[in-house]
Amino acid sequence: MGSIKKKTGLYYIVNTVLVALLFVILLVLINTGVINRYNTQILTFVCINIILAVSLNLVTGILGQLVLGHAGFMLVGAYASALFTKNIGLPLSVSFPISLMLGGLLAAAFGVIIGIPALRLKGDYLAIITLGFGEIIRVVSYNLEITNGAKALDGIKSLSSRQNPSPMFIYGYLTAAVIIVLLFTFGRSRHGRAVISIREDEIAAEAMGVNTVYYKLFAFVFAAFLAGIAGGLFAHNYGTIDPAKFDFNRSVEILIMVVLGGMGSITGSVISAGALTILSEKLREFSQYRMILYAVILILVMLFKPSGLMGRYEISIPGLMHRLVRKIRDRKKVAKTGEA
Amino acid sequence: MHLLEIKDLGIIFGGLQALNDLHLVVDDKEIVGLIGPNGAGKTTVFNLLTGVYPPSGGAIRLEGNSIIGKKPFQINRIGIARTFQNIRLFKYMSVADNIKLAMNHNMKYNVVSGMLRLPSFWREERAIDKKARELLKIFDMEELADQMASSLPYGQQRKLEILRALASNPKLLLLDEPAAGMNPTETRDLMEVIRRIRDRFNVAILLIEHDMSLVMNVCERLYVLDYGNLIAAGTPEQIRTDEKVIAAYLGK
Amino acid sequence: MDFLKHIINGLGLGSIYALVALGYSMVYGIVQLINFAHGDIIMVGGYTLYVVMASLGLPLWVAVPASILLCALVGMIIERVAYQRLLVHNAARISLLITAMGVSIFLQNSFMLMFGSAPKHISVFPSQLIRLGSLEMDSSTAINIVVSVMMMAALQILVNKSKIGKAMKATSEDSGAAKLMGINTYKVIAFTFALGSAMAAVGAILYCNTYPQIKPDMGNLLGLKAFVAAVLGGIGSIPGAMLGGYILGVAESLTMAYISTTLTDAVVFGILILMLSVKPSGLMGKNRKEKV
Repeated sequence: MGSIKKKTGLYYIVNTVLVALLFVILLVLINTGVINRYNTQILTFVCINIILAVSLNLVTGILGQLVLGHAGFMLVGAYASALFTKNIGLPLSVSFPISLMLGGLLAAAFGVIIGIPALRLKGDYLAIITLGFGEIIRVVSYNLEITNGAKALDGIKSLSSRQNPSPMFIYGYLTAAVIIVLLFTFGRSRHGRAVISIREDEIAAEAMGVNTVYYKLFAFVFAAFLAGIAGGLFAHNYGTIDPAKFDFNRSVEILIMVVLGGMGSITGSVISAGALTILSEKLREFSQYRMILYAVILILVMLFKPSGLMGRYEISIPGLMHRLVRKIRDRKKVAKTGEA
Repeated sequence: MHLLEIKDLGIIFGGLQALNDLHLVVDDKEIVGLIGPNGAGKTTVFNLLTGVYPPSGGAIRLEGNSIIGKKPFQINRIGIARTFQNIRLFKYMSVADNIKLAMNHNMKYNVVSGMLRLPSFWREERAIDKKARELLKIFDMEELADQMASSLPYGQQRKLEILRALASNPKLLLLDEPAAGMNPTETRDLMEVIRRIRDRFNVAILLIEHDMSLVMNVCERLYVLDYGNLIAAGTPEQIRTDEKVIAAYLGK
Repeated sequence: MDFLKHIINGLGLGSIYALVALGYSMVYGIVQLINFAHGDIIMVGGYTLYVVMASLGLPLWVAVPASILLCALVGMIIERVAYQRLLVHNAARISLLITAMGVSIFLQNSFMLMFGSAPKHISVFPSQLIRLGSLEMDSSTAINIVVSVMMMAALQILVNKSKIGKAMKATSEDSGAAKLMGINTYKVIAFTFALGSAMAAVGAILYCNTYPQIKPDMGNLLGLKAFVAAVLGGIGSIPGAMLGGYILGVAESLTMAYISTTLTDAVVFGILILMLSVKPSGLMGKNRKEKV
């Protein structure tokens, strides 16, 4: 038992160091101009998409409920956060983090309102009802005055500037990192076990004392909260938003990231969100070919590896290192016994 | 007071009386069998007992308190745990996690403590890990603790499902065809296991089974259902010679 | 009188939804798949009409059967290439659904590549005003209603009287048992896709008749709404799909007339949510319970 905890402790340390190292490297590259302003914005977008993908993975991969309206929660977060920083009159360095929280909380509130009726349904019906709610959120925001209707809401200030492109990236990266960690620790707690058991067999889970209604709603609302935060980051990264940016296609895009990475695999979502975001930005001129390519890949993956590229597995660098060390040790042992 | 008391229990599915006026009691530490031909309504009794369906009429009391209207997860928490006819394990969870899940509601740390890995998380998780592994030792399955449940052979999966039900600390254990798909040797082992469980965990057991050697050997009392009606109740000796039972099984 | 006019316009619009909803409903009844690509079949039908009539200059009576045949063929190809393997392996429903989305994205972007994303103009029948007493309606509305009712009647006869129709019913009740009774369920599934897609082609013709404009992404919202109609009527039920389509069309027309033209979509999805919360099996659908 002690050894397990020691090993986990070591894993925590190695992972923290790796995440910090990547952060420092990217930050140095940005500040020295090796990564230019445009690419920094893309990197921030990568972080935002990672948050969206891992949060959808919580519902679709870990809880096992297909949701097609994730962009709706993102929209709520984006508008709430943008309107807050535009109107509150506080310095952005203060109002921005508050606005992210606020966006997340409002999205979570929508999650509760939508989740209570929607989660009574299962499978395809749940997918369709969440799609319906997502579309309603978008259509209504077209018609509201506060969202500036179908016209774009612009003039959203960003912490980044021409001289200093890094602040938005710092926010994006750290938020994404914290969220990934929280989802991991959640997944390996008693609450995470309850959520996973619902995916595995809802009837058995309920028979074993799991309050399935509560845990479904919890995962759904938590995912909505995270999508709301991602929306806030999105709004401030681009400076202008309109409802069309959060339509059904956006929800599908996020779902594709989750599916390709592997439903239930957080690291899978991180990798596929990163790869697909960069790929889409770089193939912008070929956008139609890109979408065709996506579609073909999506179909092929579903046909031949429906669990996604990573399945339910998680990549663990300390785990890989651990295995590597053991292998080398074993080899040495073999060599020694051979000598003897 | 009986541990479990069922009175006048009935349910109608789309005009069909699937169960009619069932009377059944189980006392502390008893092993009771529920038998009958296919389609007699045995699993329906389990589904009513665990709150999967609401009954059309009648009463179910556990230690004197009615459990009708309670949700399945609430019923599990007040002391009735079950297994399923067609094994329902959490396939892509480890063997240990399957067991820990059933102990979940005895743990107290909240979501935040879990996410932030606060001391209460470590304390409770360590304790539960130890408990889960001890439980697995009963069936000599402690070596398998970290394997996926889906990787176990069929017989082990059945045992794991029983252990999972026990892990939720029930007063009454419902076993739905525990010997299904087992060969005679495995079935003999299972009889031993069932008795051992009763003695060790102080639970009463109500089981559905088609294997007559197991039922006659293990059960202290039997109830026989046919077409949703209770046609006989008594000790294995009485049931063996009951004309109605013989008629139901062999046809008139 | 205005009210009646809006109702009739709604029925005309609903006829399109109804025809498309039939395809969703039939396919779902047989393989429990929400065929997200079904909406895009309408788009395929629309562009076929456009190519045959505007580009090749051929008359309508050539374009209509061409469109129906091509859509049926595309439907069968989609089933064969994208779904069959999953259906044979009894794959998870979520995999099927995602594959269907993949097909939808593929179709839309392929057509965008071929025809550009700008809308194309197309006219099917010349529009006329019909007068019935004091009631006025556009000829397209009348055609829509008549055609949709005829199609539904034909479909009902096909499903209830013909051999393949009975095989379809058997497969949707219990595909395992149908197989044991010697029904070639794969053939039934392929036929269902073909038939559903042919209905979508008819829907496309009516759509072009009503809104003389086609776009590669026209199937998106139209498909979704038709699916809502199918759910509303009770998925798997043919009269249900028709009923759902008409209700949706009327609701949309009334919303446009009395509430707001921009809120119609919200009303449509609101109806869906209400239906799913109250009776998920739909107006004319059957309840299915999971076996424990």
